[in-house]
Amino acid sequence: MGSFWARTPPATARVAPPLLQVDNLTKTFPGVVANQDVNLTLNEGEIHCLLGENGAGKSTLVNMVFGLQQPDAGEIYIRGQRVNFRNSGDAISAGIGMVHQHFQLIPVFSVAENIILGNEITRGTFLDINTARRQISKLAERYGLTVDPDARVGDLSVGEQQRVELVKALFRDADILILDEPTAVLTPGEVDDFFAVVKSLTSQGKSIIFITHKLREVLAVAHRITVLRAGQVVGSTTVKGATQQSLANLMVGRDVVFRVEKTQANPGALALQTQGLRAHDDRGVETVTGLDVEVRAGEIFGIAGVEGNGQRELVETICGMRSASSGTVHALGQNITGWSPRKINRLGVAHIPENRSKHGVVEQYSIANNLVLNRYNHKKFSTRGVRNTAAIQAEAASLVEQFDVRTTGVQAAISTLSGGNQQKVVVARELTGHLQLLVVAQPTRGLDVGSIEFIHRKIIELRDRGVAVLLVSAELDEIISLSDRIGVLYRGRLAATINAADATREELGLLMATGSSSSTDRNQP
Amino acid sequence: MTTAQQATATTHTARQFHLDRSTITGLMFGIIGVALIAGVAPAIDNTTRRFNLERPPDPAGIGFNPPTWIIAIGVFYLITAALGIGPQQAQRWASHARVLSALGLVPLVLVLSLALSDKAGTNVVILLSESLFLATPLALGATTGLWSERAGIINIGIEGTMLSSAGVGYMTYALLGEANSTGWLWFSIVIAVLAGGLVAALLAVLSIRFNVNQIVSGVVINLFALGLTGFLRSEVIFRTGNTSGVRTSEIGLPLLSSIPVIGEQLFTSRPIYWMMYLIVFSTWLVMYRTPWGLRVRACGENPHAAETLGINVLRIRYQSVILGGLIAGLAGAWFSMESQGGFEDNMTNAAGFIALAALIFGKWTPWGAFAGALLFGFSRALGTRLQFLGVEVSGFEIPSEFFQSLPFVVTLVVVAGAVGRSVGPAAAGTPFSTSK
Repeated sequence: MGSFWARTPPATARVAPPLLQVDNLTKTFPGVVANQDVNLTLNEGEIHCLLGENGAGKSTLVNMVFGLQQPDAGEIYIRGQRVNFRNSGDAISAGIGMVHQHFQLIPVFSVAENIILGNEITRGTFLDINTARRQISKLAERYGLTVDPDARVGDLSVGEQQRVELVKALFRDADILILDEPTAVLTPGEVDDFFAVVKSLTSQGKSIIFITHKLREVLAVAHRITVLRAGQVVGSTTVKGATQQSLANLMVGRDVVFRVEKTQANPGALALQTQGLRAHDDRGVETVTGLDVEVRAGEIFGIAGVEGNGQRELVETICGMRSASSGTVHALGQNITGWSPRKINRLGVAHIPENRSKHGVVEQYSIANNLVLNRYNHKKFSTRGVRNTAAIQAEAASLVEQFDVRTTGVQAAISTLSGGNQQKVVVARELTGHLQLLVVAQPTRGLDVGSIEFIHRKIIELRDRGVAVLLVSAELDEIISLSDRIGVLYRGRLAATINAADATREELGLLMATGSSSSTDRNQP
Repeated sequence: MTTAQQATATTHTARQFHLDRSTITGLMFGIIGVALIAGVAPAIDNTTRRFNLERPPDPAGIGFNPPTWIIAIGVFYLITAALGIGPQQAQRWASHARVLSALGLVPLVLVLSLALSDKAGTNVVILLSESLFLATPLALGATTGLWSERAGIINIGIEGTMLSSAGVGYMTYALLGEANSTGWLWFSIVIAVLAGGLVAALLAVLSIRFNVNQIVSGVVINLFALGLTGFLRSEVIFRTGNTSGVRTSEIGLPLLSSIPVIGEQLFTSRPIYWMMYLIVFSTWLVMYRTPWGLRVRACGENPHAAETLGINVLRIRYQSVILGGLIAGLAGAWFSMESQGGFEDNMTNAAGFIALAALIFGKWTPWGAFAGALLFGFSRALGTRLQFLGVEVSGFEIPSEFFQSLPFVVTLVVVAGAVGRSVGPAAAGTPFSTSK
């Protein structure tokens, strides 16, 4: 990606007033200053990266620019004109488009209906879907965003849904595109496609505010970078001279260690073994197709693969949340096939699930209750069916301290925490107690550098204590730096098993995409 | 993995035998089919009966031999059973066969009842037109629910809205109307419609402005309507002395009503009934073919998405709920000024809840809800009709309540066994507050 384009801001930047100028914007929520005197300028044809940890105030800033929230103080100018958005409709008419991190699409509508909603094309009183369809195809062609106007949005892949969001903004003639963590949901291949689209957008005069906390991407696409920390701008720089290290330090406010420090693994007894495992997904399609995997005590076995190759079903089958259609799962010396999740958990298998809000936490519960979800009925926390609140509180307070959960108190609802802190609660709960096998899926998805570093350290610590770890992740960097051995999952089976020390991004990428590489059986154990 | 292995992996989807919906309903129809062919058909009276198309005397009609029909239905059930239990490839046909079989219970009951009674025939055209007429408040009520729920507000206050309108509408007529004055009748119908809008506005304010739980606000409306109309009846309507009034008069559709044999019976009916078709059609047109309809549906599915596109979600929800209320108002007028010509306590008699069932049956679509309303309307008409037939099994007269319940069994079978899961608007029931 190095030679994508020249990374100096276009020359026009110095003559005309900036396309977008944010002046001393301040926004407070009860108890929190989300933005304090934030300044930002965006020039025409520029990609401006907004960098910051979770909760640093990036979303609040762009929500104000997009009219979803109103600033307490400060001004916004577009081409030198002061603007005052009362809602996103105003922002849209001023030429601003936003692709939200959680797509704002209606799954049961067609692509065309999603795109025209709010800016409908009519003939007389009635919708003119044919004209809309033609306009959408034209736009799609112009910017290299292939979408089928008649497809139902719920049937599209995440990457395709994102293209629909982009076309939606372009359909409204947006000149300024705000992209809120657009790559968080994409696979490595889709990220490359996405960058190509971003390039074609800027070359046709669009300007982009790009929110992310993936430093690699910042260095690959940005012209300029603004770093937010705790609601304030702590640095603004061009990409020239910036390094991953310098940006990370600025973002977190201290020195960040990127390399995960770890010693040689010391594999022991077999802790997890699946044999000929087969399982179906929710639509009844067989996605785990005869999978054999072995994980030993004291090692981290990473599973790499493009999403949808059976990762979710594999993890759910091991943890008892999905039944295997054939094959067996042995863990810690027992045949656990068909066991209930609770029985498997009691055996010493912990699970950090991929979908935090669905399987990881109960959003309405307090932090304390979430921390004892797997042990609420232990003697320590309940006597003759009555909860021992004091013990639960004490345990929670100690875990919050130990795992560095940033919160005002353990009685607060877990939904008041940022994603990173919620994940720390899940990790704290699962890593506490008697545990010999850890199954962990996407442990750091959507988290910031500081939390990632912390969770990685905890997983390594666990390995060094002799726990077997099965790690499923869509982040290649995470797989490579954490794992001792790596299995590449392709169409529901392991296409290859490689020692992590010998693995390269290129080789793994090839294996993930095609299921084979010239050196496939080089390192078969 | 080799290509050959991949091929076996992907083709390994042969259907395993387990008790899914398809197999269970298949087995059920199989058992009924065998029972009909081997048990019922030989035992039943072999004399020809008639489906009449006209009123007596000497009506035109279609004669039929009950055992033959019962065997035919039985054979079709066996086919349905075979398809349901059969291989994966048959499943596409099986689902169509299941719907047809479930609907086949209707002619089955009719044929059986006629064969078991001492009547030679029954008028099926009148039966159909009665069904349609009785379906009117159900279709209108379902349309009310459709507008409300498609915009994201669950409306279980349809019953109360209809009852209030029926009461307020008739009260207006009782206060103002001189005997047989159709002008005042129409004025009262308009008042009923407006009253429906007003009650819906109350529901909207409770659910949208004050974020009251939508089920609770619906219940409140229903209880409020019972009390209010009871009071109006005893304190206002009774005192005027006008306890019974005129009904809307029958209108024959030009041309259609002069079709020989069936025309006059099918195409002569009352105005609110005719307006029902217009309203169902317009609802479909507006909801699926206009920008406003698109926005309404968006507010019921993902209001946050609608908001980010600059749509005023709260305003759309108010508009849509109140529009639904106006339609419920017309349904209320049907009760007190088209069907009855007077007001009785609780005269809507749960029609609002049956309308909700029709809405779910129709998977929240205008024509689907209409079909549901028709099915329930038919159930009422058939129940009444069978009472007059006097059906006997070995000297024991079957109570009419049994027949009145049968069509609901049909509905259960259709919804549970054939239609499957019905999923409503995703955001219905969730309060929405703008992000500020």
